[in-house]
Amino acid sequence: MQETIEKSQETLDRENAIKQILANNNNDPSRLIPILQQIQEMDKYLSRDAIEMVAVGLDIPVSHIYGVATFYAHFTLNPKGKHIIRICDGTACHVKKSMGICEKLYEKLGLSDEQRTSSDLLFTVDIVYCLGACGLAPVMVVDDVVYGQATPALAAELIDKIRAEESAA
Amino acid sequence: MSDVKKLTVNGIEVEFTTERNILEVVRKAGINIPTFCYKSELSIFGACRMCVCEVSTPFKTKDGSIAYRTMPMAACSTAPEDGMIVKTDTAELRKMRKIAVELLLANHNVDCPNCVRSADCELQDVARRLGVTEVRYSQKKELEPIDDSSPSIVRDPNKCILCGDCVRVCRELQGVSAIDFLRRGSHAKVAPAFDGKLADSCCVNCGQCAAVCPTGAITVKQDIPKVWDALYDKTKTVVVQIAPSVRMALGEEFGLVPGTNVEGKMVTALRLMGFKHIYDTDFAADMTIWEEATEFKTRVLTGGVLPMFTSCCPAWIKYAETFIPDMLPHLSTCRSPQAMFSSVAKKTLPAELGCEQKDLFLVSIMPCTAKKMEAGLEKFNEADGTPETDVVITTSEFARMIKSMGIDFASLPETDFDKPMGFGSSAGLIFGASGGVMEAALRYAYEDIMGKKLENINFTAVRGMDEVKEAAVPLTINGAEVVVKVVVVYGLAKAREVVEAIKAGKLECHFVEVMACPGGCISGAGQPIGANRAKREARQAGTYTSDAAAKVQKSQDNVPLAECYQKNLGGAPNSHEAHTLLHTIYNKRDVVK
Repeated sequence: MQETIEKSQETLDRENAIKQILANNNNDPSRLIPILQQIQEMDKYLSRDAIEMVAVGLDIPVSHIYGVATFYAHFTLNPKGKHIIRICDGTACHVKKSMGICEKLYEKLGLSDEQRTSSDLLFTVDIVYCLGACGLAPVMVVDDVVYGQATPALAAELIDKIRAEESAA
Repeated sequence: MSDVKKLTVNGIEVEFTTERNILEVVRKAGINIPTFCYKSELSIFGACRMCVCEVSTPFKTKDGSIAYRTMPMAACSTAPEDGMIVKTDTAELRKMRKIAVELLLANHNVDCPNCVRSADCELQDVARRLGVTEVRYSQKKELEPIDDSSPSIVRDPNKCILCGDCVRVCRELQGVSAIDFLRRGSHAKVAPAFDGKLADSCCVNCGQCAAVCPTGAITVKQDIPKVWDALYDKTKTVVVQIAPSVRMALGEEFGLVPGTNVEGKMVTALRLMGFKHIYDTDFAADMTIWEEATEFKTRVLTGGVLPMFTSCCPAWIKYAETFIPDMLPHLSTCRSPQAMFSSVAKKTLPAELGCEQKDLFLVSIMPCTAKKMEAGLEKFNEADGTPETDVVITTSEFARMIKSMGIDFASLPETDFDKPMGFGSSAGLIFGASGGVMEAALRYAYEDIMGKKLENINFTAVRGMDEVKEAAVPLTINGAEVVVKVVVVYGLAKAREVVEAIKAGKLECHFVEVMACPGGCISGAGQPIGANRAKREARQAGTYTSDAAAKVQKSQDNVPLAECYQKNLGGAPNSHEAHTLLHTIYNKRDVVK
């Protein structure tokens, strides 16, 4: 394909990183899932061009890779924010009104069920089903720190705190 | 070879040897249990659960006596074992199947009267067979948008039952994988990558997904209204070309035996519809042979690129342009018969029929969905930007038009095509069967190269339903004995294997015929729905029966075509005029595969 736009150094670095991941896995189609995991670890999501590069690198149909990437809840095809907030909506958390926390976060960050990442790419709110800490319900996890018996007020407080840190940095 | 084993089906003993599952044994016993996801030529999927049977498998107990383990099993994905006891119909099984159909219908946009597949829908048929008179579960899903971006195929995800037949035929028969399953559970659907549109995918428009779809989830795009509009337009001179294999399958829509040649009735029906002139694509098939066999001879004599591949199948062309662009120099530069016909017709017919070119409307009736795509290619436009082929309809659409007029097709009298472009040799007719183009080319090339009459015109080695066929024809070229090796293949996945074998030096040959559809155009996706091996064989057999009975069996003996060459095509094949009107170029396609 003819390149009409010169690629930025950043793009080239990312492409090389994906090629390296493919090479580390011997371009082996049976290692598709670990390859996608490693790319997601790097990019925080699976972009369209990353999926296309994997298709070319492994010589398997892109429709098949897209199928795998959308089958597992672990993979995400949308860019993620810098800070990831997970709200548990498993049975115990749900009856302890976890959705109230979620609604507060949606309101504060201008998000919805369809749009889960804030436009400044600072926050992503994900709903998960059981974190295995039902005794602490409702549970919220912010950047891998677990908050038990969380409340909408606590959620709002944490957002303000992170925003303050980010603008100070 | 393998020893005969037995199992009992509904109390009757049935022998089996190499059957790959209980389903095939049960069907052998004459019981046609319903299936949606089982196609004998594809891999086993086991998704629809329609074929569930009560299977008792014998095993030896500790004391050496025989006991049975009994449970409901999907017959398609259970291997037959000696001594098994299979029941296909119990109160429990009946209930299971019925619930499964109810659940499918609950997730199905039931707009049957408006659906293209109404009346030949397998879901409708099975629901009726099982006595499903109400659906107790209500439709919950919001309707998804319909994808009509492709000129050949329409995808309606709201009618999909996730049997996966389309996914497997695209992957296993064609090696294309334009579509696959995405997401999971209640969100699962079949779509191109990135949930995109078919037109943006690597789809080659063969339409076999629509041919295997049991419902209206993937259908052939309907262009019937365009034809009626033209026929009712007083300013238009509407002419039609009709492909070889249409006449071999059309009769099935009217209760005739598969393989019945309905050429004469078909022409009469077209006259009743108001077509001004009715021509035969067989004429252009003969023209293809003149051009392609001459091109082949030139390549052999001048050390051109070999092996040469045929170029009649637009799905194959699109496949090559997409997946193996390095092979494009191997493709014959000949247009498909449809494109040759339209090119010549649009140039020569206005003068002959006394109309202006802009008022000549050319309808093409094809067994093929890829031909709809081909007709829309920019390279096949007139200088003013209008397409040479104005509209392409399939055999099934043609049948629908006949039915909508209320014509009693089976009892129509037979009439003849119009001259001159309505005359074709039977070498043109056999284009419809896999191997036919090759055989027609050999009939031409032999006499052209050897300068003597070909006594036995039958090259039977290239006929039949085998996926790959090979033949060797000894010829004397420039005084030297040359054994010309030819290969015939259908299914693009198999064609790819042939290409890779040639590249690796494992297969030596001079000339390769490729068709995308199983058994050739006779089972194109535009043909009547429900093709199976028996029907394909019957359509092929009918083709060769007509060939054997024909007065003119070689393309070179087509007199009206020779006159056309004298008048319009520079007098001989591969002339400058012929190159302009009858040949084309190929371009690599950049799509993500």
